[in-house]
This record gives sequence, structure tokens and C-alpha cells, in this order.
Amino acid sequence: MSTFAYFPHTEEDICKMLKRVGVSGLDDLYADVPADFIRKGDYDLPSALSEQEVRDFFESLALANPKLRVYAGQGAYDHYTPAVIPYITSRSEFLTAYTPYQCEISQGTLRYIFEWQTMICNLTGLDVANASMYDGATAAAEAMRMCVASCRKRNTVIASSSLLPNVLQTMRTYARFAGINLVETYDIMEAVCEGTLDLAGVIVPSINRYGIIESHDGLAQAVHNAGALLAMYCDPSALAVVKTPAEWGADIAVGDGQSLGIPLCYGGPYVGFMSCTQALMRKLPGRIVGQATDSDGKRCFVLTLQAREQHIRREKATSNICSNESLMALWCTVYLSIMGADGLRRVNSLSYAAAHSLHDALMETGRFEDPFEDQPFLKEFCLKPLFGNTGALQEALLEQGIFSALETEEGYLSFCCTEKARKEDLETIAQVARSI
Amino acid sequence: MRYYDKLVFELSREGRSAFSLPQAPDVCLPDSVSRKSALELPSLSEPDVVRHYTNLSQMNFGVDTGFYPLGSCTMKYNPKINEEIPGMFAGVHPLVPAGAVPGIRKIYEGIDSALAELTGMAHFTFEPCAGAHGELTGLMLIRQYHISRGDFARTRIIVPDSAHGTNPASAAVCGLEVVEVKSGPDGLIDVESLKPLLGPQIAGIMMTNPNTLGLFEKDIAQIASLVHGCGGLLYYDGANMNPLLGVVRPGDMGFDVMHLNLHKTFSTPHGGGGPGSGPVGVAPHLVEFLPEFGNRGELRVSGFHGNFGVILRAYAYILMLGRENVPMAGRLATLSANYIKESLKDCYRLPLQSICKHEFVFDGLVNDGARDGVPGATTLDVAKRLLDYGFHAPTIYFPLLFHQAIMIEPTETESLETLDSFIEVMRKIAQEAAQDPTLLRTAPHNTPIGRPDETVAARQPVLKWTKSN
Repeated sequence: MSTFAYFPHTEEDICKMLKRVGVSGLDDLYADVPADFIRKGDYDLPSALSEQEVRDFFESLALANPKLRVYAGQGAYDHYTPAVIPYITSRSEFLTAYTPYQCEISQGTLRYIFEWQTMICNLTGLDVANASMYDGATAAAEAMRMCVASCRKRNTVIASSSLLPNVLQTMRTYARFAGINLVETYDIMEAVCEGTLDLAGVIVPSINRYGIIESHDGLAQAVHNAGALLAMYCDPSALAVVKTPAEWGADIAVGDGQSLGIPLCYGGPYVGFMSCTQALMRKLPGRIVGQATDSDGKRCFVLTLQAREQHIRREKATSNICSNESLMALWCTVYLSIMGADGLRRVNSLSYAAAHSLHDALMETGRFEDPFEDQPFLKEFCLKPLFGNTGALQEALLEQGIFSALETEEGYLSFCCTEKARKEDLETIAQVARSI
Repeated sequence: MRYYDKLVFELSREGRSAFSLPQAPDVCLPDSVSRKSALELPSLSEPDVVRHYTNLSQMNFGVDTGFYPLGSCTMKYNPKINEEIPGMFAGVHPLVPAGAVPGIRKIYEGIDSALAELTGMAHFTFEPCAGAHGELTGLMLIRQYHISRGDFARTRIIVPDSAHGTNPASAAVCGLEVVEVKSGPDGLIDVESLKPLLGPQIAGIMMTNPNTLGLFEKDIAQIASLVHGCGGLLYYDGANMNPLLGVVRPGDMGFDVMHLNLHKTFSTPHGGGGPGSGPVGVAPHLVEFLPEFGNRGELRVSGFHGNFGVILRAYAYILMLGRENVPMAGRLATLSANYIKESLKDCYRLPLQSICKHEFVFDGLVNDGARDGVPGATTLDVAKRLLDYGFHAPTIYFPLLFHQAIMIEPTETESLETLDSFIEVMRKIAQEAAQDPTLLRTAPHNTPIGRPDETVAARQPVLKWTKSN
């Protein structure tokens, strides 16, 4: 009998348990399984490692990836993570709990989700928010489904081609299988005004894939006149300074909480958020936490409005989502508690200053054209390279330990700066661009 | 646990701040795209923040607090070494070209081949972020397979009445029509009821094996041959994979597509409801449909490469487990479940007597204590009373086949002493119910809050904090 650190059973324990069950060996517990299916012989797996060997193994793999300073965005932003956050989220009372089904011993989880819902509402300006989605891309796909589910007998959703490519790809995938007619266009206003009686929703970015803060004047009015809903994809960090979905007249806001201090971690775990107007509350997918009072009249928090969910409604549920990204919602909630409104604005100010300084330095090299001249951007921007080999800048920067200059589908190069930007790196990027 | 009543907003004091960032001039954006409304977020000092969330955590029960026999959720121990790994990769941007992250490529290749070996699948996609997300992805692959063969009529999927709620919900999101197959009196899929459902419109069947009653679907070979015979595929819901880990492989049973819940079978923490990870594995004839294997244009189900941080933890667990320990994982989980079942079946109704796998279902108390004018104790009351004794409750009122279902899953990481103390408490609660059911009906008595009024919460929902509430 092995002595594996996570299995507490001694040989004596196993004998005692087998006896209670009334069988003579462990394999008798599988007597109902056809013998052909029982694995005979060893699995072709590596031999068990010690804890130290596991640590060494991953450390060596981590070292195999060159350490890069990040000046790229496209949906994943290198903002600073205050030390408090991992300290709190690694508390095992949060980390090792399940979904808060037993509210009497889950008030910690339920309270931070309630705080998260409140903060998301405050950021977006909308009335209600859910407990979280997997990530921004799936939240956008769910927003698309929610539009169709909320507008009876309508099945067309118009999405702006300026949404992030991976968000659009995810929406396309969901739309195809759900039979939703997803129309992608750059000219949203024209598409809406052309009109279709089948229009259920329109999804546009607050800040688009080129980093431009889009103007959506009159869009909500037009969409509502067409009897449809307006959803907006947002960067929650940027919502401290840019016009909110509510201010644009949107009905639904979605996005990825990653920009609220979640480490890049090669793309996950991140956290999607979703908020909407009061009128759409019962169409929201996912968990929702509400305030209640207990048998003694004490304030408490519970999972509520569960009649929307898969475990009650099965195939008629608003979504199939069950596990979401609760711990990452805690991550963002602690982040926003640390930053406050002033701190979040400061993050934007610093990112803005660095990005604009990089933009100007790159333009000064004479190696780029600005395809979006005079359009406002915050921390991310795209330039059109005037040199032939568009991939060369990214490659040359990788040599310098910098990840930047992501090539877009149109052949532009995308740059991004956060408050972590270093002056010398910005100089290096411009210098390398000059030498390409 | 101590009741702590604050919300972070109520601790806010203007003039305090917990961030440390250099000064910078305000952003200079056109008025037309600038935020007008005030942004209300709390202003706190760092110690305020830390104390608040520490206080919140102390009203929470986790696997590290105590036994968590939540059926179908596989609340096994979450090894601490796993938590040290993701930080080593924290700074890697998801769009760094594959050539510049050789270490990460090796990790995906390594866990892919380990999971393939453990399940009998050919390859996995790691994009799905949770179990239900994996189900949806797997169903998309099944539909894609049929469509690629010009077989457009296959738009129905068979789902047993005992299935997890996510199964029919995922099918609906995937645009499939759900056809329910009934369980027989033995709790297993009734092959005779299945036969008439099969035909040219069937995309496949979704199965959990062992099913949600913890029973092995012993007719699986026949079911596989019938479904394949009609042109359908078999989907394996990996939520109940734990008792088969190291014992039986879904691929060998004839399944074509499956997902795993890395946050169940592979020990990653549940985080209070995520992040999970739901990689989807396929048999060789479906590999070409996976996004990582050339089908990117057709399929993307999440933003980047799935929940890499969770995948890392699961891989660390597999490496610790290794060839030597893996055969014991499923067997010990199954032994623990049967041990509890046999130790309690005189006090709790056991509708199905057969040997179970990782979990089993009681149908309420044998004696609920009901008498003239005094209502008896229900499953909910038993669950709430367990909280008083320092245990998490089992899953209750699921599966829907029994009215008073209590679904217990102990996992392989609980000691005999823990199981014995749980058994002792469950017996004591049964005794309390027989003598004084009101004691159970008013439970819990020792938790930070008592039972909430959920009806009012749903009728007049308060879903965010405002100054007035």
C-alpha cells in the first residue's frame, strides 16, 4: 500500500471499511462494471513526483519562457496587482468553498458577490449585475443570446466589426449553433437604420479593438426605435473615465474583469461581468445574490431568482452556466476596494500618459501613419507601419525582452501601456521601430 | 463562525485610500466620450480592506475547514503545492506567439497526453472554462461532426431524466432538442425505452457514468452499440469521473466526446463557484474538429486558451499522483461512499441497494418524527442540522427521481475518522428527528445566521448596495 500524501487510508482502515461494505477486495466494488472495461496493468503516466520535483519541474518550464515586459493589450491588460489581493483570495475559506448553496455557512462568498454586483453596477451605471461569467468573450455571447431571448420572435443581432477578434469569434460560434443570425458590420448606425423587423440586439464596443473610444451618439435611440436592445462591450478599468454604457443608453453591459488587476496568466482565469437594466433582470444568465433577512431578522445574503437557472429550469434555463468565476470576482472586488474611484482614475491617468507618449514617440520616427488620427484613445492604439515586414518590429522587440506591436488583421500594429510602463522601455520601442 | 455585518461600502470614509501610485495629470478626453456620473467606490485604508475580507472569510466553510460531502461536486482536498505554480506564469500575455512560450507549450502537451491516457480519448481542447462550458463545447463538436458529413437532420439529443441540469441546458444553448429517456426501477437507463428514441434525427446521447445516483450504467456497451448503430455519438459528462479515475476509461466504454471537471476530479479548488476548467476530449475520428487541431476558424468558445491557472494546478496534481497512485484514487473514493451508505442505511431510506460508486442517494429519514400536530423533519432540515455539527451538507433534492434526495459524496481524501464522525452525527440527527423534529426544523442554531426568508428575497429583490438599504 502506497503512502500518498493526500490519501489518509491505512491498510487497516481499508480492511475495516471493506468489511463494513461486505466485500473482500477493492475490485469487488466494481463487480457491476463489465470486466473488459477495468484497466489492467499500469497507466502510461510518469512516475509519481515528490513535491520538490513538481516545483522544480514547473520552475524550469517557467524559465523556458523568456521573461517579457508587456506593452500589448487586445483584451488582456498588464495592470499592477496590489499585494493585498492574492493574500486575501488565497484564504482557504474562500478558495476551497463550493458555490454558496448553504447560505448559513457561506456568508463570506455571498457578501463579496453582492459587493461585486454593486461595484459592476456602479462602473457601468446599470441597475443589476450577475455573479460573473467565464470571461469577456463568453459574456458577449451570452449578451447576444439574452437579446434574442428578450425580444420575442426576433433572431438577428448586429455586432460591430470593431469588437475584439476573439470576442467576435466566440459570438460567431455561439450564434451558429444557436441559429442566431449574427450580422457583423463597421457601420452600425446604417445597419440599424436600414431596419429589419427581425432585429433583437446590437452589440458595440465602448473602446474598440484599435483602442479608439467610440462615439455612439443617437445609437441607443435608433436601436430602441427598432424594437431591439443595445449591449456594450466595456473595459471595466476604463469605465472610471470613459462614458458609461448607461450614459450611452445601453440596456446591457458586458466585458472582462481582467483589467481590474488580474494577472495575465496566459489568458486565464479571468472573469466576465454582465449587467443590465431592471427590466431585463429576469433574463440574466448565471447566479445572482440578493439581500435577505434570517429567522432572527439579521441581514444576510442568498442566491436568488434561481428560477432562471439550469438546475431548476433545465433546457428552459436562461443559460447553461453553473460554475462561474467567483474567486476572480473576489479578486476584482478587493482590487476596487483597494483602488477606490481615485485610484482607478489614477491608473487611467498613468496609462493614458504612457500610451500617448509612446504614440507620439512612434509617430516621430516617421515609420508609421496614424489611421485613426484625431480619434480619442486611452491606453491602447494602432498604427499603420510604413515598413514592409510588419512582423519584424514584434520580433525585434522580443529580443529586447518586450512584448508589443501585435499585428492586426488589417496589418496595423497594436500597442498598449498601463501604469506599469517604464520610460526606458518606451524609448526602446521607439528606437527599435526607427531601426526596422 | 462569528456573524459580521459589514459591507465594504459601509466602511468607506472620504479621504482614505489604499493605493500607492505616482501622481499624474488627469486624462484628457473629449467631453463627448467622458464619464459624467460620479463613480461610487469605497475609500478605505489597506488595513480596513484586509480586515474586512478576513472577517468575511471567517463566515465561510471550505474543504480546509471540514468535511464537504456535496454529491456530484467532488470536494476533495486541494493540494497546496498546486497553488504555488500559477504565480510562476503570472506575467505571460496570452497572445505571445507560441514560439516564445516553449515552457507553456510543453505544459499543454503534457496534460493533454496525461488526460488522454487516463480517459482513453485521443486529444483534448482546453478552452472551456467549466463543466457546463465543456458540455456545450462537446455538443458543438458532435454537431460539427454530423454537419461535416452532410448529415443535417441530427438535431436531437437524448438525455436521461437523472442527468445534471446542465446537460439539457447545454443542449438547448447548442440548438439541440432534448429527448428525455427514463430511468428504470433500478435507477439505470432502461435500454428498452431507449430503443424507440433512436433514429436519423439523433445527434447522440449525453450520459453520466456512474449516473447521478452513483450507479454504474452496466448496459453501457449495449447502449453504445445501439447509439452508434443509429449514427449518433456518445457524450460523457465527466462530472462523475472521480470513481473511475485509475480504474475505467470512458473511451474504452465507447464514448466519443467527453469533458472533465479539473476542479472536481483533478483537485483544483472550487473558489466559491469557479474558476473551473472543463477540457473536452475526443476520440481519434473527431480530433480534426478541435480548435487546437486546425479547426480554429470554426470554433472558439472562450477568449484565449482556457483557464491556464487551473490547468497548471491540475497538471501538478497528476504529476504528484503519478502512475503509482492513480489506481487508488477512484477505488478509495468508491470505498468511502459505500462505507457511509452501509453505515447509515438503517436510519435513512436507501431506495437502491446496489453497490454505489463515488456517491449515493438516500431518500430522506426512515423516521422523520412526524406525529399528531407535529410535522416531521425533511431532507432540508437534516442538511441544516448538519451545519450545527460542523459539517457541510450533502447535495439535497437532486436527483429529481426522489422527493427527499440526500446525495452524499465523500471523496478519497477523507480519513476513516472523519467518515466515522460524520456517520455518528448523521445517526444522532436521525435520533433527534425521531424524538424532536422541531429541533431540526429550526436548525441551524450555531451558524452566523439562521435560515433566510428566500421568498421575500426573490419577490422584492435587493441585488446591490445603496446608501438607503
